[in-house]
Amino acid sequence: MCEKNNKLTKRGDKMKKLFLVFMAVAFLAFPSFAKDTIKLGLIAPLTGDVKTFGESAKNGFIIAIEDYSKSGKYKIDPVIADDRNDPTEGANAALKLITQDKVIAISGPLTSKVAIPVSDIANNNKIPMITGAATNPKVTIHDGKRKPYVFRACFIDPFQGTVAANFADKELKVKTAAVLYDVGNDYSKGLAEYFKATFIKKGGNIVAYESYQKDDVDFSALITKIQVKKPDVLYLPDYYNKVALIARQVREKGLKSTLIGGDGWDSPELIKIAGGAIVGGYFTNHYSPDRKDPIAEAFIKRYKEKYNTVPDAFAALSYDATMILLKAIDNARSLKSEDIVKYLNSMKNHKGVTGNINFDKNGDAVKSAVILKVEKDRVRYMTTVNP
Amino acid sequence: MEQISYILQQVVNGIQLGAVYALIALGYTMVYGVLRLINFAHGDVFMLGAFVAYFLISKFGLPVYLVFILTMVSCALVGYVIEKVAYKPLRDAPKISLLITAVGVSLFLEYFLSLKALFTPNYIPFPKPFEIETYDLSFFVITNVQLLIFIITFISLFILYLLIYKTRYGIAMRAVSYDKETASLMGVGIDGIISFTFIIGASLAGVGGILYGIAYPQINVFMGIMPGIKSFIAAVLGGIGIIHGAVVGGLIIGLCEVFVSAFLSSTFRDGVIFIILFAVLLFRPMGIFGKRIEKV
Repeated sequence: MCEKNNKLTKRGDKMKKLFLVFMAVAFLAFPSFAKDTIKLGLIAPLTGDVKTFGESAKNGFIIAIEDYSKSGKYKIDPVIADDRNDPTEGANAALKLITQDKVIAISGPLTSKVAIPVSDIANNNKIPMITGAATNPKVTIHDGKRKPYVFRACFIDPFQGTVAANFADKELKVKTAAVLYDVGNDYSKGLAEYFKATFIKKGGNIVAYESYQKDDVDFSALITKIQVKKPDVLYLPDYYNKVALIARQVREKGLKSTLIGGDGWDSPELIKIAGGAIVGGYFTNHYSPDRKDPIAEAFIKRYKEKYNTVPDAFAALSYDATMILLKAIDNARSLKSEDIVKYLNSMKNHKGVTGNINFDKNGDAVKSAVILKVEKDRVRYMTTVNP
Repeated sequence: MEQISYILQQVVNGIQLGAVYALIALGYTMVYGVLRLINFAHGDVFMLGAFVAYFLISKFGLPVYLVFILTMVSCALVGYVIEKVAYKPLRDAPKISLLITAVGVSLFLEYFLSLKALFTPNYIPFPKPFEIETYDLSFFVITNVQLLIFIITFISLFILYLLIYKTRYGIAMRAVSYDKETASLMGVGIDGIISFTFIIGASLAGVGGILYGIAYPQINVFMGIMPGIKSFIAAVLGGIGIIHGAVVGGLIIGLCEVFVSAFLSSTFRDGVIFIILFAVLLFRPMGIFGKRIEKV
């Protein structure tokens, strides 16, 4: 028995050695076996007032790279930078990624106010950039001119604001609305304007249009001012932190209007901070975790296994944006920025977690929006609105 | 009728804000009284108060009254240490060195505490220490948080009044503020009184921090900057160095903010507050309650 075993292991050893030799020869003979390493950057707000956006985006980015690595042509070295949701920090991070780390392309940033300056830097340095979630039109367009190196995987605010106003008019059947927005934030300001314009066009009445500033925490004066106008709905186009704070004060003051918002609401922290105050509110978003689609379901399953939570829109969009970049890097004629951009411009029907992605002439994705309702412990899918 | 109840509601909003400014402004004014120093780190002690309360409530689940006591003690300790470490060695240095040090302490507290291992630069939701209820008094609505702010501020002011006008420490403190050298010749322990002033000011800022956290349940390490600046303006407006001036100044600033937002636009709000500062410095630099006679 023993001898036989010995013989077997000896034979096994021999086989192993042979195999190793073969591998070594193969390695030398076909250098393409060793994948070239390229650097891919992510800029996202990992700390600061919208840190859950950044955390989700980072998770989506990492899963995208893992998925790509199974079959991709290159080995990806991820470089992740924190923009703290601050335009200056974002600009510094972009310069560092481009000049020091020499990344091939950038995924992110997520918020428009950071994405606008960063997209200028990427464009001027001819580095392809896809933002997952920055929705302001100015991210891809500067003074009416397209930034050729910049793309986005999401819809833009004119669409989002219009969808929200249409929803208020058609589904909620309300006649009066008030808007409360951050005057220093392009995202918030843009959404407020588009919502207002559409709501008025539909025959509704904007009874109050008030603004506050980034660091404000006391909204009592504005809420009291809105309260006397008794609006049916209150539109709050801002990020979850501010929205939660406003929602609580709205309810504490006894204002009963239905709250509506945009994709900035999408964070697990929203319900945590606002509690019951936000329940019953609606917001427009890029995707719903209830989405029935094989790609989305596979992604959600993997995400849950890895991070033990349901991916929000920022995780999904960051995954899509990163996947598109990686696909372009693989399929472009060379790693030159021009070739990558050429591929992106010609790309048709990318099947993403958040839906089919096609870029229009401005590099913006043409996609449908979903409307979600905030419930006690989760958000529920209501309806999908096509462009 | 509706207009009256609207204005009354805005007054309630303004007093809520003003009461917190008053609590912080007291610390500025008292320290200025004894040291002739604008303690810029004071807004950060206010921030620390909010964070200490956050940890006490969320990690230990302590009842509200214990949170107040422990937060005041910790802030008092921080105020004491700041004075001993940063200001005392500079007692005889030019005033400008002291001022620069104050700015340094403030920046140190903000950026050191914003390290990832400490408080992080993130916005942290402040836990609800009790359920918030709204009472509709037909003319205006008021929440139990607002009532708490009014009551706590009133109690703090009352205790402070007793402390300053009815105790030996208070007399000594006023003597130091009036004339440091003479007070010292009369046997007042200057160092002790200065420490005492910092302890009182810091614990009031701590109270302000807790109330602010409960009313606006979101805290971060930079939260002390704006309330700090506005309380400083409140102290200047009331007459820096004058206790009741700080309280009146705080309430005026709070009401001004709310009324500018209510009747003009919130974009003008901070602008108007700073115009008040300029106007006071130009036309009445000693503030509302200040006396024209310069002490030599």
